[in-house]
Amino acid sequence: MATLAEQFDTKSAPEGEPDPITKVSIVISKASLEEIYPGLIMANGARAEGMEANVFFTFFGLDAIHRKRQDHIKVSTVGNPGLHIPTWAGGLPGVSALVTKYMEHQIEALDIPSIPEFIEMISDTGAGVYACLASVDLFKLERDDFVEHVDDIITIGDFYEMAAGGQIIFT
Amino acid sequence: MPITNLAGVDVELNDEGFFVDPHQWTTDMVPQLAEEWGVPGPLTDQHWEVLHFMRQEFFEKGTGPTVRKLGKSPDISVGVKELYQLFPDGPAKLAARCAGIPKPKGCI
Repeated sequence: MATLAEQFDTKSAPEGEPDPITKVSIVISKASLEEIYPGLIMANGARAEGMEANVFFTFFGLDAIHRKRQDHIKVSTVGNPGLHIPTWAGGLPGVSALVTKYMEHQIEALDIPSIPEFIEMISDTGAGVYACLASVDLFKLERDDFVEHVDDIITIGDFYEMAAGGQIIFT
Repeated sequence: MPITNLAGVDVELNDEGFFVDPHQWTTDMVPQLAEEWGVPGPLTDQHWEVLHFMRQEFFEKGTGPTVRKLGKSPDISVGVKELYQLFPDGPAKLAARCAGIPKPKGCI
């Protein structure tokens, strides 16, 4: 007799229905708080759903895994219409820090981890955490600049190879 | 709704394999549930600790805990990494299936 796992198979779909997603590779390319969190939440959620997940940090997104910078990620307050403040006001000294502090407070109230803790948690879930070699070279960084949870510094070719058979999500 | 026989009792499951009525669950069903859902054996005290906590949270709060909540709880002696070893492929989902409660709600 079929086991429960076979009866309620979550890795394939009945005929005529779309196949479920079983693997995601998420690219995080920017350094603002609002552009880092969504990718982290999606990667963590993918693992919680039993999917395979890899997170690839490229360009300014490297700040999220940078030892000295990951604890100082800020909300982008200039050219961010979602904040509903005038663009000129967003550029005033201290505004980004203030808005970031407010957002961090809200995030903490919902028990969402800080960025450093989130990266550690994602690594603990078994998701792959990777830095983009081209960006690492561009910013003249080295392995030691990154937190220990980074599995490797890889090329774009490695990334595509790793992403094979799954969905690529660019955030 | 699919019906399955666990430890001699006919249990109603929803289309994703979660218990429809958590009160139908008994500890006698756990070895079969764990084996059929593919929990790597043998069952340890840590597995039981997680399963009892899942149920306690469900009855107190109306939903089972997410992996983050499990990993952070002072009532659970294992962290996120170990949870993925005890219940691979989605610890909160798999533990909820074995603990006889609905799928936990939550994004983190």
